[in-house]
Amino acid sequence: MSLTLLVLIPFLTALFVIFCRTNEQVKWTAFIGSVAQLGTALFMFFDYTMLRKAGQNLQFLYEENHVWFKSMNINYHIGVDGIAIAMILLTALVVVAGVLVSWKVEHHTKEFFLLLVLLSTGAYGFFISLDLFTMFFFLELAVIPKFLLIGIWGSGRKEYSAMKLALMLMGGSALVLIGLIIVYFNSNVNGQHTYDLIALSQNKVDWQTQLIAFPFLFAGFGVFTAMFPFHTWAPDGHSSAPTAASMFLAGISMKLGGYGCLRVAVYLLPDAAQHYSWIIILLAAIAIFYGSFATMMQKDLKYINAYSSVSHCGFVILGIGMLTKTAITGAVMQMVSHGLMTALFFAAIGMIYERTHTRDVAKMGGLLKVIPFLSTIFIIAGLCSLGLPGLSGFAAEMTVFQGAWQRPETYARLATVLGCASIVVTAVYILRASGKVIMGPITDEHHKHITDAKWNERLAAILLLVAILAIGTAPFWLTDLLNPGSQEIMNQITAR
Amino acid sequence: MKDIGLSHFLIVSTMLFFIGVYGFLTRRNMITMLMSIELILNACNINFIAFNKYLFPHKLDGTFFTLFNIAIAAAEAAVAIAIIINLYRQRKSIDAEDADSMRL
Amino acid sequence: MTDSLALLLVPGLPFFGFLLLSIVGKRYFPKQSGMVGTLLMFATCAIAVITVYNYFFVTGKSVDGVYQHIHAYKYVWLPFTDTLSIDMGAMMDPISMLMIVVVTFVSLMVHIYSLGYMKGEERFAIYYSYLGLFTFSMLGLVLATNIFQIYIFWELVGVSSFLLIGYYFDKPSAVAASKKAFIVTRFADAGFLIGILTLSYYTGTMDFDLMIQKLTMPGAELTAITTAGFLGISALTWGLLLVFMGGAGKSAMFPLHIWLPDAMEGPTPVSALIHAATMVVAGVYLVGRLFPIFAMSCPVALDVVAYIGVFSSMFAAVVACTQTDIKRVLAYSTMSQIGYMMFALGVSGYGENGLGFTASFFHLFTHAMFKALLFLGAGAVIHYVHSNDMKDMGGLRKHMPVTHIVFLIACLAISGFPGFAGFFSKEEILTAAHESNPVIYWCALATAGLTAFYMFRLYFSIFWGKTYHAHKKDDHHADDHAHHGEAPWSMKIPLIILAILSVASGWISFGSFVSSDGSPMHTEFHLSAAALPVGLAFVAIAIALLMYGKANTMPSRIATTARGLYRGALNKFYIDEIYMFITKRILFGFFGPIAAWIDKNIVDGIVNFLGMASENISDTLRLMQNGKVQNYAVYVFSGLLGFVILMVFLWR
Repeated sequence: MSLTLLVLIPFLTALFVIFCRTNEQVKWTAFIGSVAQLGTALFMFFDYTMLRKAGQNLQFLYEENHVWFKSMNINYHIGVDGIAIAMILLTALVVVAGVLVSWKVEHHTKEFFLLLVLLSTGAYGFFISLDLFTMFFFLELAVIPKFLLIGIWGSGRKEYSAMKLALMLMGGSALVLIGLIIVYFNSNVNGQHTYDLIALSQNKVDWQTQLIAFPFLFAGFGVFTAMFPFHTWAPDGHSSAPTAASMFLAGISMKLGGYGCLRVAVYLLPDAAQHYSWIIILLAAIAIFYGSFATMMQKDLKYINAYSSVSHCGFVILGIGMLTKTAITGAVMQMVSHGLMTALFFAAIGMIYERTHTRDVAKMGGLLKVIPFLSTIFIIAGLCSLGLPGLSGFAAEMTVFQGAWQRPETYARLATVLGCASIVVTAVYILRASGKVIMGPITDEHHKHITDAKWNERLAAILLLVAILAIGTAPFWLTDLLNPGSQEIMNQITAR
Repeated sequence: MKDIGLSHFLIVSTMLFFIGVYGFLTRRNMITMLMSIELILNACNINFIAFNKYLFPHKLDGTFFTLFNIAIAAAEAAVAIAIIINLYRQRKSIDAEDADSMRL
Repeated sequence: MTDSLALLLVPGLPFFGFLLLSIVGKRYFPKQSGMVGTLLMFATCAIAVITVYNYFFVTGKSVDGVYQHIHAYKYVWLPFTDTLSIDMGAMMDPISMLMIVVVTFVSLMVHIYSLGYMKGEERFAIYYSYLGLFTFSMLGLVLATNIFQIYIFWELVGVSSFLLIGYYFDKPSAVAASKKAFIVTRFADAGFLIGILTLSYYTGTMDFDLMIQKLTMPGAELTAITTAGFLGISALTWGLLLVFMGGAGKSAMFPLHIWLPDAMEGPTPVSALIHAATMVVAGVYLVGRLFPIFAMSCPVALDVVAYIGVFSSMFAAVVACTQTDIKRVLAYSTMSQIGYMMFALGVSGYGENGLGFTASFFHLFTHAMFKALLFLGAGAVIHYVHSNDMKDMGGLRKHMPVTHIVFLIACLAISGFPGFAGFFSKEEILTAAHESNPVIYWCALATAGLTAFYMFRLYFSIFWGKTYHAHKKDDHHADDHAHHGEAPWSMKIPLIILAILSVASGWISFGSFVSSDGSPMHTEFHLSAAALPVGLAFVAIAIALLMYGKANTMPSRIATTARGLYRGALNKFYIDEIYMFITKRILFGFFGPIAAWIDKNIVDGIVNFLGMASENISDTLRLMQNGKVQNYAVYVFSGLLGFVILMVFLWR
């Protein structure tokens, strides 16, 4: 079982896509490739659990280490722990669903799927890397396709949004790069500078370096995860992006940031993380509350979901900022849950948009009568977003809250209370939107004749739904998967 | 009068160098500019030889490098003259001021 | 059958019904899904009754005659830390056993009743699947072993209530009501959640038994939680009050009651099940669950429970006197009766002095019977008249004799007429209040009088007064009346069963089964104590008879005399308007736009400014790039020169 497969399969898929002749071939190739990827990810998940059950207690499994740039001591070093496995599963699911909902793309089909597949390559590579430079390489790989996807296949003010998104994300990765270089040049492992995650974690980075590098790394990854002052790319980007790109953006790309914050910033610079903890909590609390209020004012379904993503990713940041084991597990759960849920939500919105040709809440109504399947999906995604038990959002948010409450400081408590209060606001905007769009009388005569979901759309929705339910009804498997990983991070934090 | 030392060579090469720079910056004729570049390169060559002779008399690196430089200068002159000829064919001018289409 | 299997099946069967009907039933057997749901519910109810019988008479008692808490099963659902986890389990103790009987039984009645009431609905299967979901969630709630498990099912009953209120989803008023119900209870639940976090943080557990043990016995946890505090109130009080906030939201206690009257937009059987008999008493159940902590460690919180209970009870009774929508009258009456249960808990002590506790659950039990009956009876009336408004009714006793009789029985029961179920439970509550707190007692007594008055106002307005002409309102319904007459048997049977129980349930010696500490509670009946409330009820009924027995002008004359009070009560004391003002105007109308404005202009503005600024700067810098090779050369050489100078003079 080689981890490189995870990068290789999408890469090969991309190659095959290039040589396809017809649009049908392109679609099917992309679909088969993504399903193969999902299969690999699932197999890896089971294999991983078996290995762990069998008593394998290395921190990272399936490690591989090849020299890449000898002079700079950059290696292609890969390996996964539970957290990475969860993220990989998420990515694989969202990719399959994304390919399925893009079935109708008629314009430059080949390029579209090529970019989707490339994007996923970047994401997989990012999650498996244990070498900071390799990680950065894959992070960059995931940015450019987004720019093109939005700029070419988007809608509305697409050039503006694509530009804004690409520039902000590039700015984020520039910050990350600065942080990485600071860490690199202050590291000393066997007389050499190193980018190696494990080596860096074992030879602790010194206090001064941590203090300087942490803000760069955290803010840089924070841009990706739409942390409060850097979130404005998200609403514009999401609303202009084609459905699949929205799903990828919210479902995968924002998770790159969260994962980076956790794996690089907090894990390698634990003392600085503690030092800056209050700022992170503050920013998270602002994002959560302010995001939910900003959502309330939106009239466009995609903007609603985009702002609510800002609010939900605030929970991720909150969990990371709290620095307790439960909160970190919760943050990762929230990443997975939010990824699945927003992907589902964006898929539902996109499919509804394709039929009604509007995303304005005020112009729709009573869709449950005409498109029961899509409406149900929409409502379920909404309920997941407002944290209904039985769906993944609840388990994740509760874990974050529970973990956050273990911090006894008053400001942390207040932030948690704000978080709890925001779920009420979430309920308000979700119910408002679904009450208007799904329920009530039909407002537009044209909407009486639209048709319900096709097989591909159903399959995509059900795939995501099953995952959401699997986490929502039996969250223990996910926590079992994540806990050793967050324990390692905690060990790093508590070992002074 | 003493023997000719390192500094003599350096003074010559510095003069040569600045003459070349002056020519390169002020002349509008491309051929003249090319000639100025040759001067600059030769200033370098003198430096190489001089340093080699006075600082590392047992090595030949400087000499080799000079040989390389001469070869490169020849190649460069060939390419540059080819460009200039092409420019002349298109614009009927070898004035550097006229060749500013790179701005766009 | 073992208890654990039975208690897996009890919530499991309705859940299975939910899945079956919503996924398969809707498409393949929409007509039969009502029957399928009802049969499943019947099986559930039967299993529940057997299990409960077993518990109360065979296995439940320990050697010294005290009912124990038995964990039938318990699985870790979501581990947080090594000790802290959400568990899914089933706890058997007197109150949970009482509740599963009430829930499954009323649910069964409603299932049967809906076979007739909802017949011919387009989304018949969906309706039954939602009923299944609700029953499952409610059973999960009452069986919970873990405070977080209660929270989970608490949310689930909330969402099933949302779905059922919004069942007629193309009616904007139903959609608005369902949203309101969900959001108001959600607000309360946020408090509940913080309460849970507080309590579990200090006790290090979420298990009810352990938590109660740690917070009632002196120990490190108790000291920690009582000494820690925020704003001068101890963490324990905060925790309990916040938990109670959740309970108050679900049980429609003042000031979180505003959703309940609107929730009547749902189908009437749903109101009977969710908004009268089961879900709305969840708050009472929650306080009852944590009762030892309230009673032994935090009397302040218990006092709050008592005062909020008694105030809500009076408030709702006053409002109920003026409403004309029969379902709204019943809704306020529900709120009032739950207030009764709440303050009964509030005045109760633990153990020996636990009369209030027993009385509260007794009233919960009897109330479930007669209030379900009232709602289902009202449903039959609405089914017949096609209107909710009292003004469209009157003189119906000849048209619907069965409904008339059962409705009368229910009214007598809720008014506390001797011999009917409500009489016994209300007496106990009043006795408990009398023993502990005179203010609460007198308020409760006044409420009892008001209750009798508005219930008989309702009764007389529906069945007496002016004579009813079926065709006067709209003619196209005339055919319907001719067809279905009073009501089909599927609707009458539950009415009759519930009517019998509205009398019989009062005669159970309830204290020997349910008490605050599990040991039998001896309750006595004092004629002297009963005389006053019964007399009051008689007077109230007589006044109602005078005012509404025949159509006359007395009600309107009284309304004009006490205009201020009447107007206030008719408009529910403007609580809705105050909420609307706070939420719409202040929160959403003020903070929302500010957040959106800041986002658009400041946060995003900075980003756009950076973008524009860099564009402008590069426009300026572009001029340097003039394409003149020699200019570039000047830059190169001057740069070089600069470096050389730096090297020579600075970095020597």
